Amino acid sequence: MGSSRREFVRTTSVAAAAIAGLAAVPSAARGALLAPTPSSPAFGDDPDIEALAHLAIDAARSAGASYADVRFSRNRSQSLFTRERRVQGLVDNETQGFGVRALVGGAWGFAASRELSRDEVARVARQAAEQARANAATLVRPVVLAPVTPVPRGTWRTPIEIDPFTVSIEDKVGALLDANAAALKAGARFVNSSMFFLREEKTFASSDGSYIVQTIYRTQPRVTVTAVSSDQSDFQTRSSNEIAPMGRGYEHVRDAKLVENAPKWAAEAVQKLTARPVEVGRYDLVLHPSHLWLTIHESVAHPTELDRALGFEANYAGTSFVAPPEKVLGKLRYGSHLMNIRGDREQPGSLSAVGWDDEGVKPESFDIIRNGVFVDYQTTREQAPYLAGYYKASGRPVRSHGCSYAESWSDVQFQRMPNVSLLPGEMDLDWADLIAATDRGIAIVGDGSFSIDQQRYNAQFGGQLFYEIRGGKITGMLKDVAYQMRTPDFWGALDMIGGRKSYHLGGAFNDAKGQPSQVNAVSHGCVPSRFRNINVINTGRKA
Amino acid sequence: MSDLRSLAQTARYLSRDECEALTRKALGFVTTPDGARVNISSGSQGNTRFAVNQVSTGGDSYDTSVTVTAHVGRRSGSSRTNQLDDASLKQAVETAERIARLAPEDPEFLPELGPQEYQAGRNWSDVTASLDPQRRAEAVRAITAPAAGAQLVSTGFLDTRAGSSAVANTNGLFAYARGTAMALTTTVRTPDGTGSGWAGESHYDWSRIDPAALGARAAEKARASRNPVAIEPGRYTVVFEPTAVGNLIQFIARALNARSADEGRSFFSKQGGGNKIGSKVVDERVTIVSDPFDPDVAGSPFDNEGLPTRRSVWIDKGVVTTLDYDRYWAQKQGVAPTASGGSLKMSGGSSTMDQMIASTPRGLLVTRFWYLRPVDQRTILYTGLTRDGTFLIENGKITRAVKNLRFNDSPVFMLNNLEALGTPVRVSASEDGGPGQAIMVPPLKVRDFNFTSLSDAV
Repeated sequence: MGSSRREFVRTTSVAAAAIAGLAAVPSAARGALLAPTPSSPAFGDDPDIEALAHLAIDAARSAGASYADVRFSRNRSQSLFTRERRVQGLVDNETQGFGVRALVGGAWGFAASRELSRDEVARVARQAAEQARANAATLVRPVVLAPVTPVPRGTWRTPIEIDPFTVSIEDKVGALLDANAAALKAGARFVNSSMFFLREEKTFASSDGSYIVQTIYRTQPRVTVTAVSSDQSDFQTRSSNEIAPMGRGYEHVRDAKLVENAPKWAAEAVQKLTARPVEVGRYDLVLHPSHLWLTIHESVAHPTELDRALGFEANYAGTSFVAPPEKVLGKLRYGSHLMNIRGDREQPGSLSAVGWDDEGVKPESFDIIRNGVFVDYQTTREQAPYLAGYYKASGRPVRSHGCSYAESWSDVQFQRMPNVSLLPGEMDLDWADLIAATDRGIAIVGDGSFSIDQQRYNAQFGGQLFYEIRGGKITGMLKDVAYQMRTPDFWGALDMIGGRKSYHLGGAFNDAKGQPSQVNAVSHGCVPSRFRNINVINTGRKA
Repeated sequence: MSDLRSLAQTARYLSRDECEALTRKALGFVTTPDGARVNISSGSQGNTRFAVNQVSTGGDSYDTSVTVTAHVGRRSGSSRTNQLDDASLKQAVETAERIARLAPEDPEFLPELGPQEYQAGRNWSDVTASLDPQRRAEAVRAITAPAAGAQLVSTGFLDTRAGSSAVANTNGLFAYARGTAMALTTTVRTPDGTGSGWAGESHYDWSRIDPAALGARAAEKARASRNPVAIEPGRYTVVFEPTAVGNLIQFIARALNARSADEGRSFFSKQGGGNKIGSKVVDERVTIVSDPFDPDVAGSPFDNEGLPTRRSVWIDKGVVTTLDYDRYWAQKQGVAPTASGGSLKMSGGSSTMDQMIASTPRGLLVTRFWYLRPVDQRTILYTGLTRDGTFLIENGKITRAVKNLRFNDSPVFMLNNLEALGTPVRVSASEDGGPGQAIMVPPLKVRDFNFTSLSDAV
């Protein structure tokens, strides 16, 4: 995944076109603003959208498509950025448009536009079909789609308590500035804080006869505290990484307790200035879920994407060491017997939760790794047929796991990871139990620097906070810690995991994949886990 | 195929007249007396992806966004829409003003700029703007057909963009420019999975690109990189191809923010206070410049606020000469705001790649890097891995392919350990294969580059 600031900005600006500021409207006026303007018909069950959807499918079919689908979407987003006592940016954003995907002669074409008119919909649908015809010139293996059960009228909505767009700007700004003040009071030199909210209204229709309307919400509050030594010889940051982005409403901001937590984050940033630099060597690592989710994301979720294993992402995201499918499915030992990994799009509050994916498939939960052995890939409709032999041999139907996703109306859908989570262990252990059971180790909280190779073997991870463990106790804070790993060796070293009560959902808004790069929002559930004898390096240098 | 040709059309984007009319209309809805600005971004993107020697997906999309930023006293708010009818524009203005009224006063508020003078942009190509799906597919076939014929597996991406941007405000400022950009990259692998080679180029002008030659370079690298051997991680003399240099140099550019330096949270902070302007930080053969009007790395003639962009010399003969100042920090520090436009050009030398290799008793040749992420901002320390063509140099010759390596090192340290520099060229140095920022850098030979572990990835 890419979580550079540039990509975050891209997320907020693309998704955005907009959040046209309902939040800012006095409540009495809200109804009026909600009323559709002439150019922006309400989505969802709007008959104009449904008519345009049928027009798109018909136009693509008339232009020769054997299959076609269309997605209309309207995204409202809102970003608030502050530093110290100042608001740096308040942006409301709304974007709407549609994209048509057409299959002609076994090749895909895709075209998109922001103009929701009959003429433009018909033109874009024809454009998609014509592009597919041009693309077929290099055809080697025609696309075959796994069967899907049509959904004549489906609706789904992220279950939320508080629509973020009904909360006033003053309340949001106040929450951020109060958190900043609390951090400054506790010793921070600088504080950056932000909130991001998204509501996506998405309508999908296909030539298979599906018509699906979904409304998806996402929310992330974030605080980053910086401490600077008095002579400017050192600075350290602490980000609020244990507050993950989630598929929730404003209740997620409320529950994050930014003001209450800010002094702790500030004190930890200050403490990092005088933390002891780590001695390089091998340590037992006790990884907090707020850290481990990213290691799972990089070393388990990405390599088990079937398009990577088949070579389709070789030019950017890369291929996978979990390949070729026929040699690894049901055979590859990925990690210790404690390792059980499941894909799903249904966990409450998770970023990947939906009713149907972006090609109308109802997602199912599926095992990816069972007792340490790799058993299945993430798939879409065009990918599942590649595994037909394996599925038939194990008596299972050839069907997509529902992993199709597109970032926006202007992007073509393709395989993106669902929530990929490490299941809890059977024993009722928690973070403190794992530390108490460890003689010489390092406990890591929060995700930090991350990097992994294009086949997902060699990775390096930092963190937010590092604690030395000696004789079952935390004996002090460390800094400049990163661990290096080879994926199967690392997961083979898993020897202790937490129970159900210690389960936590981490995640990211901005997992990048595909060309042009699209971001996907995904959660990863996990429990505190211990890995034996892992290689730790010291990253501190003198400039 | 005449039906396809008839579909060929120049990319859609808003003209100067359309932008002027649109901004005039939007600014006409403004009610606040304290100023407002309208930014328009408009254009088309066309792309073709290929994998396993055939086109896998493609896309053609058109979008326009209008962003309104309104000021009420010293308060500001913004609203963006991609619907251009009167009601949507009016609503965007109302929303921006409403947010501004609710925002707290900004102690760093600066009023909108007055009218400015602009140079003409130099980054437009009609050839790029008219590249249609069929011609994109033909370009792809110039890579996939030879690869398939040679029993190799090609994957890649052709990305083209053409569009315009405009800024206008209530003080009478108006700026308009159009630009094109494109990138073509390919990764060619051997069917046994032991060899992988990459080649890529980026420019605003598609006519500068030769897809067949680019594909041939990647294929040659794939073949040469078969069956890599393991070597011990450690410090090596490295010959970096220009793409690898571009991958790393852009991180120096990202660290140039003057305010962060003055605040003590940057490599460019000076111990004891202040910043490193005037300090020598890298080898004296290194000069790094942004110049939006250099045809090699041309960019936009104005920034988001409508400030004219201009040439910035960041590092001159190894010495930091300026940092990146926004309008507020420039005013506070009594200097001119920077507005560099964001492209990068680094000075070179007279060595050829062959000479760099021939003069190396033992070292590595690196084609490019992957998954570069910051580890420590105090030293611009990054980690990442080599990818798609890493070779051992022994006694002045490339002797064999080696396994990929992870490094932990800083471009600043790299530019202090220079052995030789070659002729700068344009590179495609973005991670995702999109056009990214315009970067022109030389190949380099560097001593003591720090590799910390081996990777089995090909």
